Amino acid sequence: MYTNSNTLYLSRDKDFLRRIKTAKTGLHFLMAAISSMFLLFLIAYILRSQVSDWEALSQPWQPLSDTGQLWFNSALLAVASIALEYARRSIKELDNSKLTRDCMLLACAATVAFLIGQLLVWKKLVAMGFMASSNAANAFFYLLTGLHGLHLMGGLVVLAVATYRCKRLAFELQEPLRLRTKSSIELCATYWHFLLLLWLGLFALLTGSPESYAAIAKLCGF
Amino acid sequence: MAYAEDAEHDDLHQPRSFYAKYIWSQDHKVIAIQYSLTAIAMGLVALVLSAMMRMQIGFPGSIDMDSTAYYQAMTMHGMIMVIYLLTALFLGGFGNYLIPLMVGARDMVFPFVNMLSYWFYLLSVIVLLCSFFVPGGPTGAGWTLYPPQAITSGTPGTEWGIILMLVSLIIFIIAATMGGLNYVTTVLQARTHGMTLFRMPLTVWGIFVATILALLAFPALFVSGIMMLLDKTIGTSFFMPDMFSFGSQLEYQGGSPILFQHLFWFFGHPEVYIVALPAFGLVSDLISVHARKCIFGYRMMVWAIVAIGVLSFVVWAHHMYVSGMNPYFGFFFAVTTLVIAVPTALKVYNWTLTLWHGNIHLSVPMLFALAFIVTFLVGGLTGLFLGNVVVDIPLSDTYFVVAHFHMVMGVAPILVVFGAIYHWYPKITGRMLNDSIGKLHFWITFLGTYLIYFPMHYIGLQGMPRRYYLFEDYQFIPDSAHSLNAFITVVAILVGIAQLLFLFNLFYSAFRGKPSGGNPWRAASLEWLTPDTPPKHGNWGPSLPVVHRWAYDYGVPGQAEDFVPQTASAELAPVHEGDKNE
Repeated sequence: MYTNSNTLYLSRDKDFLRRIKTAKTGLHFLMAAISSMFLLFLIAYILRSQVSDWEALSQPWQPLSDTGQLWFNSALLAVASIALEYARRSIKELDNSKLTRDCMLLACAATVAFLIGQLLVWKKLVAMGFMASSNAANAFFYLLTGLHGLHLMGGLVVLAVATYRCKRLAFELQEPLRLRTKSSIELCATYWHFLLLLWLGLFALLTGSPESYAAIAKLCGF
Repeated sequence: MAYAEDAEHDDLHQPRSFYAKYIWSQDHKVIAIQYSLTAIAMGLVALVLSAMMRMQIGFPGSIDMDSTAYYQAMTMHGMIMVIYLLTALFLGGFGNYLIPLMVGARDMVFPFVNMLSYWFYLLSVIVLLCSFFVPGGPTGAGWTLYPPQAITSGTPGTEWGIILMLVSLIIFIIAATMGGLNYVTTVLQARTHGMTLFRMPLTVWGIFVATILALLAFPALFVSGIMMLLDKTIGTSFFMPDMFSFGSQLEYQGGSPILFQHLFWFFGHPEVYIVALPAFGLVSDLISVHARKCIFGYRMMVWAIVAIGVLSFVVWAHHMYVSGMNPYFGFFFAVTTLVIAVPTALKVYNWTLTLWHGNIHLSVPMLFALAFIVTFLVGGLTGLFLGNVVVDIPLSDTYFVVAHFHMVMGVAPILVVFGAIYHWYPKITGRMLNDSIGKLHFWITFLGTYLIYFPMHYIGLQGMPRRYYLFEDYQFIPDSAHSLNAFITVVAILVGIAQLLFLFNLFYSAFRGKPSGGNPWRAASLEWLTPDTPPKHGNWGPSLPVVHRWAYDYGVPGQAEDFVPQTASAELAPVHEGDKNE
């Protein structure tokens, strides 16, 4: 948006620092809105889980009793998050642009792998006949993982642009470009850490035992 | 204030082509006007729908309207008024226009996202309007869209109408979120030199807190919308219980309709304040300017706005007393509902005390502002009745409730909308709205709405149920209620037609109105101090204004003028901050 001829501001170094701060404030509010959404899903999930027709996917005879694939996916997302943190730290020095670029590429690859991993879990569930319409627990699984994935895909667009800028940085060692890239990477890193934490929360929720749901529901007065 | 320093050093890139300037504009003022005109157009659609409903209630059979069309009109009227008119107008319209001007910024901080916000809003409007033309027509589930009836055959519009409604709401929420991120970030990051948070006009405070509410509460509607959409389209059972429809068992099982109600009202009640808080802010500024007196208890007003915002998240289940709940919960929600009356009453007292010994100018904006205080008080007091479980249960689903929420959430905010348009129109167009037409519009609207809604309290107390298509052959409804309904209908049609005066004034004055100059109301806040009227792209010319005081220095003793602009330094006039001035 900043390169558009319609915007009001010229490219100046200080301007970038200000933009990082401004964009971060915007991102924090966006994360608050997303948190609000998932928190409400969590409450809906717990409440719905107390109806007798609920068949938790985590029970021993159900597909999510084996959480191997989900742990593997989580590890992939954690790798993306860590790679972005490295990228954020490494871009402080211009000379480190190659390291930064490698970290960014790793983050992109790990995120795409995570999404593919999640799709594989979906495919497995569908193959076993666990459709969204057959039980609310299944529907929640598709819905929550799907929405989380969509948020990651939105972030991937920004991450891809930032990675492209990193690539350019290897050829054009200039301060404005570094600052612009730094701004994108900082935002991506924060967003990815947030989505990792969110995923871990969802993972715990989706694979929790019915007894845990009952305990939380009781605590909430349902 | 690093943002302000940078904004001054940067060159302005003026949009040159017609499209960049007026269509795909990233200028907050153009986006505000786009938002406002779209919202007003939607308001007119909803107004026509209400006129049709009133004809059916007052003079049954006088127009070609069956029960299906009645429920569709009722649903669309409610949803359009609450979401597509009031929310869009207060946040997208006034928020967009006033925030950057009042805090001394060149524009919103994310202009591109701001532009997208409008286009998403327009898309949501188009999707909603499409539902009038699909098989089965728009949904007739009531604006609360309660399942299971909202998506079960028998309710109008279960074919496509409900799907389009939910999709439209989801798009609207995305638009509101994009706009909202802009408003809060602009307030927090792009204020000019000297503009501390406690020097901001109350309008900005109202819109700021309302936007935070929107960012946190709209997700509840988003969540319930998506889940219901899946129940409807792919047969999940989030909200749909085991049920029979037309003699056959549906495939749904175990869903919880009450869960939907909780989610809906967790959005729905903050929504009342998403509309009310900007109105509170705007009206505070109108009263202060037109009474030539500083706002009474500025800081108290700010904290009241914040307190109302926080409390609005813990009152939602007072909309669900008759749905059944644990009596302790009912007690809790009744208490929080009554507690919220405290900061609200405090604001009403402060407005009244601002008027006390003020130099009151009965200009059109002031008339609307005074009318708002009275109307909000009436609507608020009936809210105290309904907030109590034992009083609410017999009154639930009667016209008493219709009267209450129309007074407090329909008429009161609309009066502020009119007042604010009459007040800021000279800044937007450089011309004054016609005063005589304005006063005529005011008196018809103000008195007319009382003639419409006051009687509704009485027919509600008599037990007349809301949402009925036809009131024939009910022994408990006396003939006098029918006469009163006919009277209400006549007044409602007249008030509806009178709004054409406003529309005429709006468009006529844009070309033929008296030139206003930069500051026709002699107001102290920043938006009146722009170098050009209407303000040009970038708002402030080469340098941003420097703020030395709050926006309410009116009637300061020993000054040549009866107001001191926010930009006047301490040498010119002593600085009275809000907290020191109480």
